Order: sequence, then C-alpha cells, then structure tokens
Amino acid sequence: MKSAAWILVLSLGILPSHASGFPLQAADTPNDGGSSVALHWTAPPHPPTQWAIYRAEPGKAFAPIDTIGGELTGYTDKEEAGHAVRNGITYRYRLVPLPEDATLLSDVSDPVVPRASWFDTGKLNVFLVTALFLSLVLYYIRQAERGKKWGFRSIAGLTAIEEAIGRSTEMGKGVLYVPGVQDIDDIQTIASMIILGNVARMTAKYETPLNVPTPSPAVYTVADEVVKGAYSDVGRLDAYRSDQVRYITTEQFAYVAAVNGIMLRERPAAILLLGAFFAESLLLAETGHEIGAIQIAGTANVHQLPFFVVACDYTLIGEEYYAASAYLSKDAKLLGSLKASDTVKVLLVITIALGAILLTLGQRGLAEFFATQ
Amino acid sequence: MKREVPLLISMAAGLFVLIGFFVPHPAIRTGYDKIQQWVIIVVAFTYVLGMANVLHLNVKQIQKRSRDWPYKVALVAGILVTMAVGFSEGTKYLDDNTGFSWIYNNMYSAMSATMFSLLAFFIASAAFRAFRVRTVEALLLAVAAFILMLGRVPIGSLIHPALPQVADWLMEVPQNAAKRGILMGAALGVMATGFRIILGIERTYGSDGGA
Repeated sequence: MKSAAWILVLSLGILPSHASGFPLQAADTPNDGGSSVALHWTAPPHPPTQWAIYRAEPGKAFAPIDTIGGELTGYTDKEEAGHAVRNGITYRYRLVPLPEDATLLSDVSDPVVPRASWFDTGKLNVFLVTALFLSLVLYYIRQAERGKKWGFRSIAGLTAIEEAIGRSTEMGKGVLYVPGVQDIDDIQTIASMIILGNVARMTAKYETPLNVPTPSPAVYTVADEVVKGAYSDVGRLDAYRSDQVRYITTEQFAYVAAVNGIMLRERPAAILLLGAFFAESLLLAETGHEIGAIQIAGTANVHQLPFFVVACDYTLIGEEYYAASAYLSKDAKLLGSLKASDTVKVLLVITIALGAILLTLGQRGLAEFFATQ
Repeated sequence: MKREVPLLISMAAGLFVLIGFFVPHPAIRTGYDKIQQWVIIVVAFTYVLGMANVLHLNVKQIQKRSRDWPYKVALVAGILVTMAVGFSEGTKYLDDNTGFSWIYNNMYSAMSATMFSLLAFFIASAAFRAFRVRTVEALLLAVAAFILMLGRVPIGSLIHPALPQVADWLMEVPQNAAKRGILMGAALGVMATGFRIILGIERTYGSDGGA
C-alpha cells in the first residue's frame, strides 16, 4: 500500500525537485543515430537495492521506464519496446530508490534533447587517414595520367604467376586457382577475384586449362563472370567452358576434401592459393607440394603465412597480395594507387616513431588520438 | 555499357558504405543497413545457382560415365537425401533428435574431423622441410623454433629456468613486431583496393563483353 502511494506520488510529479537530491547528469549520447540519452550519477554511500528510472516529457508527469541494480552509476535510455526515445523531444529524468527511501532521491536532471549525429567524432582519426590516403591516390592517379612512371620493387611471387602458367602450358597440364574459403563480402576474396581476372586472361591467351573450385555460391557466380569476361576480353570466348568454375561447398573441410581430390586426380602443374585461408591452408598446400605442382600462395591472414611459406614455392605476404592486381596489369592508374599506399606507409612509420618518442617523454596526446574505439 | 554499369553500381555502393561508416545519422544509416540486408538476400539467391551448378556438373559426369563417376552418385545422393530430410522436418530441422541433425552430427562432423586430423601429419612433414638449415635465415628460424618449442613444454624449464621467458620474449617482441608490420601493410592494401574499386580504376574484374 505504501509502495503504491509512493509510485502514485512520483507519477504525478509532485515530489519536490530539491528532495534530498544528489546530482543526476543526463546528456544526449554522442556519435549515435539519436534516440538515446545517457544518464550518469555518483553512487550514494549506501545505495539502495534497485533504482527506478523515471522520465518526464514536456507537459507530462514523471513515469517509470526501467528498474536497474542499485550498484550501477550509469544508464542509457534508448529506443526499446514500450518507452521509445524520440529525437527532438525534451526529456527530464530522475532516479527513485527501491525500496522507497526519500533520502536517496536524485535531483531532477537538466532537460536533455536527443539528437542524431552527422559525424562520429570517435572515428575522426580514421577519417583523417582515409581522407589523406584518398587525396594521395587521386594525386598519384593524376600524375600517372600525365605520364609519370614510378619504380617498384620486384615481387618474386607475382613475377612467378606468369611463369607458372607458362610451365603448365608447356607441360600440357592445367592451372588450379583456389580463391580462399571466405565469401564474397571478404576483401581478400574480392582481391582474389581481381587477380583471377588477370590469371584467366593469361590462361585464355596460352590456351591453358583453368580450374576454379569455389567455396561459396556467391563467389562461384562472381568468379564465373570474371573468367568468362577475361576469355572474352582476349578474344577467346570459344575456349571458355562452363565447368571451369564450379561451386563446391561452403563447409570448410568438405571444401578441402574436394579440392585435394581435384589436385590428386587432375595433377595441375600450377596451383594458385590466393584469398583468405584458415586451418585448411596447410592441408591444401602440402597436398599441392606432394603432387609436385608449382605453388604460389597469397593471403593477409597472418597466422596462415608460415604454413604457406613452408609448403609453397612463392608466398605473397599481406600488402603484396593486395598489390597483385596493379602489378600484374601494369595499369598506370593502378600503380598510382600503389605509390599512394607506399607514401602513406612512410608517413605512418614517421608517425609511429614520433609517437614512441613523445610517449617516452610522457606526452600521450598523439598516441591517444590514434587509439581506435 | 556492359562494363560501365557494374562499375557504376560498385562505385555507388562502395562510396555509400564508406560514408555510412562515418555517419551514424539515420538518413544514411538506414540505407547502410538496408544494403547489408540486400547482400543477404542476393547471397541467398546465389545458393540456387550454386546448387544448380553442382547438380548440373555431377549429373552430366554420371551420364557420361566419366572417371570416378560412382563418387558423383554418392555426392548427388547425399545432397538429395539431406535436402529431403531437412525439408521434411520443416523449420525445426536443426533441433536435436531430428534426422537432419543426425546426418550432420554422425556423418558430416565425423568426416570433417577426419579431414582436420590430417593436419597433424601435414604439419610434421612441413616442419621437417622448414627446419632444413640451408641459409642464415633458415638457421635463425630453426633456432627460434627450437627455443620456442622447448620453452612451451615442461622439460624446457627443467633444462634452463629462463627458457620459457625467452620463448615468451620471442613471441611478444620479434614475432609481434613482424606480425603488426604485416597487418599494417595489409590494412593499407585493403584501403587501396577499396579506393581502386570506388574510383572505378580497378576494372580487371569486369569485361566489356568482347567489345
């Protein structure tokens, strides 16, 4: 009965706003899509078992919206069933102790209006690096259009791709292209599809059989189009076969069993393992090694690199893998993007060295600015 | 046109997703989330194409009595039986004690584990090749690996109490430094690839249809 009366009094909003109160801060949650208010308070010396969160809209009395543990010192009021938070509406909040205790009532918070942010300031560091990178890419593309040429270090693994395809041609055997085990939404698979376009152009030109077993139906669809397009581009659409690219399965080890079976039955002279690989990397690479194929692997999955280094003839490590398309196509604009990448790398090295020196001197500003959320 | 339209779609979608990463406002975020949902729907449709491809290729090889055709029969039968059992059990096909779960747990999982277990033998043969000392780098690798392996097993601390600490140092300092360097390079590569696609200069995945 007493509790009911207490709730009634609160609901009517007739408790004095100065009742004993401790401060309650309410603020719009920053860097979000709106519809959210963050509450913070300092826990009293003897907090209650629970807090009831009360909220009032203009012209309406306080009403309970949630009950939380008494040990908490923060709460985010966000859009949930029953008590939606609307952007542009002014809200006030109050904490009410449960069981009731008038000495533990919070003050009424200052009015707060939730709003949607147009920019996530927590990602400012990422934005600046992205903007710098994009500016450099555009700058170097422009330079490339004006005929500027740059020298890049030779990447043995990329040079070896054409040699491997040539070797397959001479031996009258095929090329097996494995695009990793991830789906098409993985950037490594996308990069693999781009390299596949270059590889398919070479196999089409040399009339070398190309076999692409894929681990996902989406990758199959894209790879099939890429290969068909590549054969078409070099005027060899007649040599394209619909069974060159095939869907195997999305299950990791079933895919490995199938690809290893293809290796052992068809014995390709060259195997290209380019994409995202996990526990299956060594299973594939060792089988390829067993059949004596020339193997070129490339991945950005650091933990799989040692397996490829051991079992393959050439390994594209991290950035080399992403540089493959520009390197193979020799397109000036694509090489411009490589130059931009190298420039940003130099700037990052300088920033890291500067950050290390500043941290050693006790200045944390630069390191904290580049910390990601 | 056959090349330009896909490039334009790629550019627009890539740019929109890039902006959506920095802008949490619902005006952008709603479209950003919608694109993610479209991806799921498009991928769901590709399963039909994938399944058609598997059945088409394997049935053709069975009809031609190509080499190893009995294995293709096992594959096609496995697909059809699993699908039939799954569809017959409706939306509860993943529950315990369903025929679909039985097939998955007692057949697929066992075969998958068998494939994975082969890794132990492959690691042994690969390690044998990796530790053949032919160059200075190979010597460094072999010594580091030897210390690391000893430091990770109980006998290591019996040989010398500092071995586990040396092994930890190898992992935390030189190994971590190299790994972070590779990761930073790869991250820049990811950004460069993304920009190339968004700006439409990466065209090797497209075709002009022989034009």
